Amino acid sequence: MKLSDHEQAMLAGSEGPARQYAMEQIQRVGTFFGAQDCVEVSQVHLMADPESLGEAGVTFLEGLADLPREQNRVRVPTVTDPRGVDFEAYKRLKQTDRMAGLERRAIAAFEALGVMMTDTCINYQTILPPVKGEHLAFGDTGSSIYANSVFGARTNFEGGPSALAAALSGRAPRYGFHLDEHRRGTKLFEATFRPGGLSEWGAMGAIIGKAMESYWEVPVITGIVGAPTSDEIKQFGAALASFGSTPLFHMVGVTPEAPDLKSVFDASPPEAVPIGEEDVADLVKSYTPDDDTLHVVVFAAPQLSLVEMRTLSDLLEGRKLHEKVALLAATSPEIKSACDRMGITAHIEDAGGIVLSGVCFYQMYAREIGEANGWKRLMSNSAKLVNILGGYGYEPMLATMEQCVESAVQGRIVGAGA
Amino acid sequence: MRESIYQGVAGIGDPVGGEALVAHDNFSARYDLDRIKGTFSRPGHKLYGQSYVGKILILNIAKGGVATAWMLREMVEREMGPKALVLNAANPIMAQGAAFANLPLIDRFEVDITSVIKTGERVAVDPESATVRRL
Repeated sequence: MKLSDHEQAMLAGSEGPARQYAMEQIQRVGTFFGAQDCVEVSQVHLMADPESLGEAGVTFLEGLADLPREQNRVRVPTVTDPRGVDFEAYKRLKQTDRMAGLERRAIAAFEALGVMMTDTCINYQTILPPVKGEHLAFGDTGSSIYANSVFGARTNFEGGPSALAAALSGRAPRYGFHLDEHRRGTKLFEATFRPGGLSEWGAMGAIIGKAMESYWEVPVITGIVGAPTSDEIKQFGAALASFGSTPLFHMVGVTPEAPDLKSVFDASPPEAVPIGEEDVADLVKSYTPDDDTLHVVVFAAPQLSLVEMRTLSDLLEGRKLHEKVALLAATSPEIKSACDRMGITAHIEDAGGIVLSGVCFYQMYAREIGEANGWKRLMSNSAKLVNILGGYGYEPMLATMEQCVESAVQGRIVGAGA
Repeated sequence: MRESIYQGVAGIGDPVGGEALVAHDNFSARYDLDRIKGTFSRPGHKLYGQSYVGKILILNIAKGGVATAWMLREMVEREMGPKALVLNAANPIMAQGAAFANLPLIDRFEVDITSVIKTGERVAVDPESATVRRL
C-alpha cells in the first residue's frame, strides 16, 4: 500500500503504539484486499460488546487507555454500537456481575480514548446521518448497509479492531465499497408485491441475503413503488446484511445511486429473480415451531426507533402480559430518554414489558441469559434477530409486532401459524 | 494420498499445519459457534456439534455480522480457536479478525477449496505464499 508521510510515521511508531497498531491493522487488511492506499474517514461507528471482546479484547483496550492522552485520543468522531449490559436491568435479566464488570472496564477504556458512548446501532436515525459520498468506517452490518444504500455514503464492514484503527488514525484502507467499481449491481431481484409490515420487509431482505454468494455481491431490487419508511428499509437492510453479509443494495427509484437500472449495471442487467408474497410467507413459515409454547418476545436488532416504540406502547395500552412470558424492547439511550419523557416507557413497563437502553439482545450474552431465565422459544418481528439466535440455542420464530404482543398477552403463540 | 498445492490470492498470519475440518458451508463466529464449548452450535450447519478447536477450518464464505473481528482473538487467547481459517471467500470481518488475532487466513482459490480437501486430512497453510498443501 502507498502510505503518506504521516501514515508512514504512524506506522513507524513515532506517534505512539496506539496509532502504530492502527496503521499495522490497516496495512494488513488493506494488503489482503489489494488496497492501493488509504482513505480519510469522517465518522467511526464502533462495535465492541463485552461478549465479543472477552477478557482478551478488554485487556487490549485497557492497554491503549493507559497510554498518554496525546497518543490515544481518537482523531475523528467515534460513536459506539450497542453495549452488552444495561446496568439498570442486568440483574432482572440474570446477567452476572462478571459480565457487568467486564462491561464497566470496556466503557472506562473507551471513555479514556475519547469515544462517545452512544450505544446504538441506529446512529443513522438518531445521532449523525451520513451524507452521499462521505467515507466512513461503520462497524455494524445494519448501520453499514443503511449508510451505503440509503444515504449513498461509503464504508466497508469495519469490525471493532479495524473501526478502532480508523478512529485512532482517521484512515481506512481504500478497497471494496469505497470504490466506484464495487458499487455496481451484480444480481437483480423483482419484488412482485409490497411487503406489508416490518417483519415482511425483513423477510424479503432475508431472501435476498440468502442468495448472496460473497461480500462483494450488490443486489438490485426493482418493483418497489413509493418509498419505504425509514424503519421498513432499516429492517430490510439489516436482514439482508445479516443473511447475506453484504453491505450495499440498490432499490431502483428509492436509493440515491439507483434512479434507474442503467445507473447501476454496466451492461444489460441479469435476469430478474422474482420475489412474491408466497416466498416471503415461506420464509416466515420456515421458522414456525411445532407447538405454541412461548417464553420470551424480543423487539431489537436493530434497536427500535421512536416510532416503533410508540407503536409497541399503543399495542400494549391497557393490556397485561402473561406472567410466564417476558417481553423485551431494546432502544438507544437517546430514544429511551424521549420515551421516558413521552410516557412510552411507562406504558410498556406498566403492561409488564422491559425497556432496555443502549443494548441489543443478541449482543448481551444471549446464550447465558436464555439459559438463566429458561428462555428457549422466542418470538420477534426482526428477521435479523431470528437468523442470529438459532446458533445461541433458541428456537426463534418470526412474526409481526401485533402477533408478538398478542402472544405475549395470551402466554402462547397465537395468530402466527402455530 | 498425492501431495497437492492449492493457490489462493492472499493470506494473513504465520505458517501452520494441522488436521482439516471441512464443509461446503459458511462461517460466522457469532452465528455458528458455541465458543465456550468450542463446537458448531447452529442447527442446520453442516458441522453442527463438531469441535473446531485446533483444526484447520476449511469453509465456503464468510457470512453474518461483525463480531468475529473481536471474537477470533478472544478464542485464540483462550486456546479455544481453530488453528487457521481457509475460505473460498473471506469478507473484511474475517481479514480484520485474523489480523487482530494473528490467526492464519487464506482465501480466493483457483478451485472450490472445500471440495478438494477432506475432513481429517493433514494440510500445511502458508499465508505468505497464499497456499494450502495437502501433506
